[in-house]
Amino acid sequence: MSPDYIVTIGLEVHVHLDTKTKLFCSCPNITGGEPNTRICPVCTGQPGALPVFNERVLFQAVLAALAINCRINHRSIFARKQYFYPDMPTNYQITQHELPIAEKGHLGGTGINRLHIEEDAGKLIHTGGSSLVDLNRASAPLIEIVTEPEITSPQEAGDFLRNLRQILRYAGVSDCDMEKGSMRCDANISLRKNQDDPLGVKSELKNLNSFRSVEMALDYEILRQSEILSSGGEVIQETRLWDEDSLRTKGMRTKEESDDYRFFSDPDLPPLLVGEDFVEEVATYLPEMPDARKNRFVTEFGLSEYDAGVLTQEKDTADYFEEALKVCGLKQSKMLASWLSVEVAGQLNALGVSMSDNPVKPAHLGSLVREISQGNVSGTMAKDIFAEMFETGFSPENIIEKKGLKQINSEDEINAFCEKVLKDNPDLVEKYLDGKHGVLGAMVGQVMKESRGQANPKKVNETLRRLIEKFQ
Amino acid sequence: MIKKILKKVNSDGAFSLVKQVSAQVLESQEKYNSYITLTLDRASKRAQEIDSLLNAGKNPGPLAGIPVALKDNLLYSGEKMTCGSKILENYFSPYTGTAVEKLEEAGAIVIGKTNMDEFAMGSSGETSYFGPTKNPLHPDRVPGGSSSGSAAAVASGDVPIALGSDTGGSVRQPASFCGVCGLRPTYGRISRYGLSALASSIDQIGVLASSVEDTALVYSLISGHDPKDSTSLNEKGYELSDSIEEGVKGLKIGIPKEYMGETLHSEIRERILEISNKLVSAGAEVKEISLPSLEQALATYYIIAPAEISSNLARYDGVRYGFRAPEAQTLEEMYIESRTQGFGPEVKRRILLGTSILSSGNYESYYLKALKVRSMIKKEFEKIFSSIDLIFSPTTPTPPFKFGEVKDPMEMSMADSYTIPSSLAGLPAMSVPVGSIEKNLPVGAQLIGGTFSEPTIFRCARFMEKIYES
Repeated sequence: MSPDYIVTIGLEVHVHLDTKTKLFCSCPNITGGEPNTRICPVCTGQPGALPVFNERVLFQAVLAALAINCRINHRSIFARKQYFYPDMPTNYQITQHELPIAEKGHLGGTGINRLHIEEDAGKLIHTGGSSLVDLNRASAPLIEIVTEPEITSPQEAGDFLRNLRQILRYAGVSDCDMEKGSMRCDANISLRKNQDDPLGVKSELKNLNSFRSVEMALDYEILRQSEILSSGGEVIQETRLWDEDSLRTKGMRTKEESDDYRFFSDPDLPPLLVGEDFVEEVATYLPEMPDARKNRFVTEFGLSEYDAGVLTQEKDTADYFEEALKVCGLKQSKMLASWLSVEVAGQLNALGVSMSDNPVKPAHLGSLVREISQGNVSGTMAKDIFAEMFETGFSPENIIEKKGLKQINSEDEINAFCEKVLKDNPDLVEKYLDGKHGVLGAMVGQVMKESRGQANPKKVNETLRRLIEKFQ
Repeated sequence: MIKKILKKVNSDGAFSLVKQVSAQVLESQEKYNSYITLTLDRASKRAQEIDSLLNAGKNPGPLAGIPVALKDNLLYSGEKMTCGSKILENYFSPYTGTAVEKLEEAGAIVIGKTNMDEFAMGSSGETSYFGPTKNPLHPDRVPGGSSSGSAAAVASGDVPIALGSDTGGSVRQPASFCGVCGLRPTYGRISRYGLSALASSIDQIGVLASSVEDTALVYSLISGHDPKDSTSLNEKGYELSDSIEEGVKGLKIGIPKEYMGETLHSEIRERILEISNKLVSAGAEVKEISLPSLEQALATYYIIAPAEISSNLARYDGVRYGFRAPEAQTLEEMYIESRTQGFGPEVKRRILLGTSILSSGNYESYYLKALKVRSMIKKEFEKIFSSIDLIFSPTTPTPPFKFGEVKDPMEMSMADSYTIPSSLAGLPAMSVPVGSIEKNLPVGAQLIGGTFSEPTIFRCARFMEKIYES
């Protein structure tokens, strides 16, 4: 995009941790809801209320840190970051400053500088002429992940974020939904002429609400900064807001205008001590990561790279697949893959339901595929059965039984259907005997109609031939 | 005193006692302005509940029917809590703090919230937005501070016990000025949950009482681990025993020469030496020791405390609760005007000082350095307590002074110079009344011990109390 300059990008990603309760009190950690219904003396900053660290946050933060290969600090410190803002009840944010919970990791080719725990702020609701404060989100647990400044293009930044999202979702620490705000990203970007030059003056981009806006804002910023530099100007260090409507970044405040946060250790919270045995225990909860799982799906299950990629994109889908595969057997892996990525995914997408809310149990999809593979159910029947499974959550056996949909394979029954059709259609028999073998299809169709689609078409075909031969 | 009142409750009932106490409280409020809020109606209802328990043959607890007063920086659900400040003039506590909850569970009856220096910043009670409290022993003199109303309420006989809070000496110094007992326990022994924070790393709830025995009883009831306070020590609370009557035989006691210097009132020095002789006669070993960090301790305190104050008081901004300047048009005006009008001069002075101390450029040269000195002071005390049991000194260098007599904030801070060092070290200390000097002014003796040494402190305090019991 800008061959004249070397681009340097660093990201600061906030991730809302999935826990039952908030970071420092026992209020439910759920976003949204009627304003100010999930609050207590602690998260509203009442006098005399004290923060108590939620141990579950430690588990989730360490899990996240291990997932991106960070080193865990056995002693970390909570600090107060002080500035006045109405969404922050105490006018300081409890965060980690000098000693974070984890440091020095990497994801893909990108270095991670640090990962620390901090509390979220509340939300301001601006109504005509006045502003209201909702503290439901206040003190919700966040981790902030800071990359090294070594990302070299907007595309690479987007890839890093998509990768991070997938990994953290796999680890189960967060749903990482940028639109819902459970993953938020600020980007620092600077330009310089030569590899040997020191890093240029950076701008910090905020209000990036999707991966796409991260990439677009960085693209825009490269243009803006390179124009300034090419015309001999100087970039000033500032925070800039991405404006989704005008597709531009706009200056918000310069470095001189920024707050002095007056960090100091929070005297209400003792140092956070993490033993090696705890770290080792948490590590056992790290699931197989997407790349490794994809490779295993190829080698162990004989799936194509593409199918394996689709199935391992989300942990829930991959788990579902393996669960179902246990029922239908390894040999049916391809058929199962196709059912899962076409039929199931199609239905879920159409209804906007996530895999975790899939009404069809993995074992049920597995047995449906097994029934198909054993020839008990035809492809067309299977689709009807699946529709019913999706609607009711019943097992395929149950539906087959109840609707009497089971494929008819018994020789006697098929014979009976075929004999009736031959008897009712002497003209077709005659045509067939005259050598017009094409009419067999019409006769099969009649049998299928008589058997309400249940007769095994392959067997009907054979039986009809055999019976007609006898007429000769 | 508590034993006597318990008997009265048993014979006449808590309701009749509260009625009597209410009359006295209203009278002393008129005379000394000890309270900011009275909770007498609620107290009557509580008394009736306690009486019906007693009548049903049930035990309402070791403090059944005992009237208590709470410093107005302690949260007591449904009642006003002002911290002696305009900014919280109309703030109602949404919950009850742990120590107060424990007192109520023991059967105590809260009769009011006591006056105090604004946000516990002051040593005379004079910085209260609700006017100064008078010393019941000498109404022309200050009761000390910042727990001025709690000390006065005990001194005037309204209540046998009151809770206060001690950061630099705010329980011990007013106890000394009002001639009552004042205990500041080991940091972390009494939960701070429900105590409005001043300097969180130094604040402790303390007990003011009319006797050592009562102090020990209340301490046993409210100490112990609280999961709601992460700095509370993970130890069982103090258990009451008869050890307070064991005497001082065999105790090793040190008197720091730095506490006996030029600035000490001569009659107070004599009183300390007099007690020292009695300790020796009773079999204690008394020697002169040195606490060289006394001077650095004051400087360190006046860096660490304001730094934490500036942060802890940031929440009083007019957004969610408390005073909001009505004329403010913008967010910034609301912040500035609410805080400018809501806080008094001493509070503003310390907030500005603390804000400056934590600013980049000052943080390392002041704050970090002060933290280092603080740990040095802790080590100095540790070393001392490896060879002696208790430090014995006056609680204050002077007897209670007259209203308006001490105007310079630096001079005022000298009133806490003997109490601050042990506060910084997180050690337990107690002021016990040891008679009076010229003009019948009360004197307090301070006992400082190592971590968890409250039982030894009580023992020695009881010995001294007995000498001057009239």
